[in-house]
Amino acid sequence: MRIATLKTSYAGDEALFDTKLQRSLLALFGLVLAVFPFVAGPYWLFMACLVAINVASATGLNILTGYTGLVSLGQAAFMGVGAYTVAILELRVGTPFPVNLLAAGATTALVGAVVGLPSLRVKGLYLAIATIGASVILHFVFANWSLTGEARGLSMPPARLFGNDLDQPFELYWVIVPITAAMILGAANLFRTRIGRAFIAIRDRDISAEVLGIPLLRYKLTSFAISSFYAGVAGGLWAYFFRVVTPESFPLINSIFYLAAIIVGGMGTILGGILGAAFMTMVPEVLKLVVGWFSPYFPDALAALAPIRTIVFGALIVGFLIFEPQGLAEIWARVRRFFHLWPFKT
Amino acid sequence: MTDWLFLAEVCLAGIGAGALYALTGVAFVLIYKATRVVNLAIGEILMLGGYAFLGFAAGWGLPAWAALPLAVLCGGLFGAVVERTLIRPMLGESPISVFMVTVGLGSMLVGAVELGWGADPLRLPEFVPNRPVFIGEAYLAPKVAYGFVAASLVIAAFVLAFRFSRSGVALRATAGDQGAAYSVGIDVPRVFSLAWTAACATAAGAGVLVGSIGGISPTMGVFGLSVLVVVIVGGLDSIMGALVGGLLVGLIEALAGAFLGGEYKLLATFGLLILILMLRPYGLFGTHEIERL
Amino acid sequence: MTSELPGSPVLKVEGVSLAFGGVRALSKVSLEAAEGTITAIIGPNGAGKTSLFNAISGFYRPAEGRILFEGRDISRLRPPARAKLGLARTFQNIALFRGMTVLDNIKLGRHAHLRTNVLDALFYWGRAQREELALRQEIEERIIDFLEIQHIRRAPVGALPYGLQKRVELARALAMRPKILMLDEPVAGMNREETEDMARFILDVKEEWGVTILMVEHDMGMVMDISDHVIVLNFGQVIAQGRPAEVQRDPAVVSAYLGSGDVGELSRRLHARQAA
Repeated sequence: MRIATLKTSYAGDEALFDTKLQRSLLALFGLVLAVFPFVAGPYWLFMACLVAINVASATGLNILTGYTGLVSLGQAAFMGVGAYTVAILELRVGTPFPVNLLAAGATTALVGAVVGLPSLRVKGLYLAIATIGASVILHFVFANWSLTGEARGLSMPPARLFGNDLDQPFELYWVIVPITAAMILGAANLFRTRIGRAFIAIRDRDISAEVLGIPLLRYKLTSFAISSFYAGVAGGLWAYFFRVVTPESFPLINSIFYLAAIIVGGMGTILGGILGAAFMTMVPEVLKLVVGWFSPYFPDALAALAPIRTIVFGALIVGFLIFEPQGLAEIWARVRRFFHLWPFKT
Repeated sequence: MTDWLFLAEVCLAGIGAGALYALTGVAFVLIYKATRVVNLAIGEILMLGGYAFLGFAAGWGLPAWAALPLAVLCGGLFGAVVERTLIRPMLGESPISVFMVTVGLGSMLVGAVELGWGADPLRLPEFVPNRPVFIGEAYLAPKVAYGFVAASLVIAAFVLAFRFSRSGVALRATAGDQGAAYSVGIDVPRVFSLAWTAACATAAGAGVLVGSIGGISPTMGVFGLSVLVVVIVGGLDSIMGALVGGLLVGLIEALAGAFLGGEYKLLATFGLLILILMLRPYGLFGTHEIERL
Repeated sequence: MTSELPGSPVLKVEGVSLAFGGVRALSKVSLEAAEGTITAIIGPNGAGKTSLFNAISGFYRPAEGRILFEGRDISRLRPPARAKLGLARTFQNIALFRGMTVLDNIKLGRHAHLRTNVLDALFYWGRAQREELALRQEIEERIIDFLEIQHIRRAPVGALPYGLQKRVELARALAMRPKILMLDEPVAGMNREETEDMARFILDVKEEWGVTILMVEHDMGMVMDISDHVIVLNFGQVIAQGRPAEVQRDPAVVSAYLGSGDVGELSRRLHARQAA
């Protein structure tokens, strides 16, 4: 049951987590994340890093698509910009990795703002299609520019921190997970201020927002820039994680993946981006497991894994849109509401 | 002189391919006009048509003249089912959500085809006369030529039906104002169903033509991306736009492919797309909807 | 027909014309809203009242004419810049943001006067936090208490009844630090009790906040009760203005509302006025 919610200050009422229970659950989750690398095997650590990278990118897309209502199918290409920036800086300049990550974010933010320019004239699906166009063009640049290593791509050394190479998931975990956590917190904070409110206003009714004092173009581009910054940093982390960046690393289908992640998770909620990205990253692994059980009985089962994943991916998008359009976050909210009154009303 | 001949041949090939773009574009516009759905799965439905033809022709050993209509019929049936089960429940949802439903549908189709036929490209059985076609001195691949003829005939039939048939009028009325059409007694759900059936049948037919030229594979749906450019360039709700856009994109792809290299094809198409979006956001012939406060 | 205005004009519309394609929505409309008064714009449906509001807030760009705000020509300013100067408004068909709570909707009104930038916002340190808490306190104490909407501050606006939504919209407009408040049909669709509440709020805003009010309204009872000055618009032209009682007696107004049997007579009058 939800109790102890009386607030005596506006600061208390404006806090992100406003009950003791929420704060203790969060602390518990933090503890689990801190203990996890010591008990999990390399496979689970690998997956945890991958989930964290996808969560960071999906959270960025959620700012743009879920909160500002600008649909983008360019998130994967933006991650590519970040990954290439990191790789080029590592190989050509040799700056330390935190600098590279920030540079990746900044470069991508700039590219994102440019890609957002058509939002001056078009919106909705037209804008989504313009971002597909931008992805195609970025992909072409990756594959044909000498600086990005053309079709071969770039291989890069591991990140270094205090003289140590970070080349195992165990080490990278301590970089990737905290950065992702900080990015999630940043996104949540954004929506406590005028910037976030302006984004939501643009999503809900953009022309009235303008009359209420919100310059549309500036805020649409800001949203593109922030979202792309997130993609850029996520792409940078991706580059340090896999250490090979090729034009094939960030295909259009990955952009669809991130859009699917926030749909499945719940658009326009921070929790949605987290749940959706984690869920969509884990589903193919679970499928692998399930197909593995069947392989003794059906010899072709493993060959069918890839198409089954494609089908399930599509079915999840369709199923959530039709049956649970608010996504996993809404399911979670329902569970919470149930316990607000439990055990007095069930 | 040979350069000019080469240019003419490239242009002819471009126009030939453009006719198929236009045909698929018309199918796309048909769905958009009737139901306001941007159907990104159109490329995958094309692919489905190709595989259905393969199934009937190679699998069951039917002759081409029987397999082609069956493939078209399959496409139509598929369209009707999709409209009824996936699109109608989404009525009233945001256009983006419906768009994503078609994206999901596309993914399911790719997976299903891969499951059934494997991921490798396949060739369709030959069914088009193989005698080379010359227009003046310029050579044109026979399949492209016959594809062009077939596409033109179907488009012409569509334009006529759209203008004169009862269903065509109902469809245009629905496109103009759904509520008004409904209130004057037009069976709007039937129009939706009809539009999806006709469009998917057309796309399946186009898929057979495209497949006969370049073979079929689960990644064939990429064709849909070019079609997307076609309809954006022409205007989402304009049949005329689909025709002009189709030919334009076909030509540009052929020219870029011939003179710059194959990797420039998509770049050129999408460059055109960005240009059009910046200059004429609602396409060459599309309707610009006025916003109200 | 004219009556001396109590204060100096805060807002002045000078010969504004607006056309959509071939349709003239406004032709050479001139009017003033004097400081500290309530000016009502009335007229039959389609007279151009909302178009005039849209031209004033900058959503439509007039073909000719000027709009002066506190003596300054704002005709070239974009809508957000006009909002920042103190031009606040509500909308005929309620333009609340359905994805936000009542509190956030009201906070949004202050947007143009806040200074938090993206970096402040991401970290929610220093300025962002200070500004947000000060804003919250001010909204609670000045606006939410004033409009008596404490009980719904956490509610999503979509779930509220119509009358309360109108009140929240007023609250948001008040958060914009208005110098002039433009209300587009503030009591349309309300019952007697709700109308009286809203009329009381509007009067209080004028008297306690000292805000000049320009409103479009069809409810003649309320218009005549609370306005200081009434302007009558028909076919995009000002056909009469003055104190409520004067306007009520004006034959042009009566015929515009009731439909004169003699259409020729009405148009002769209009032309005569235009020529003058």
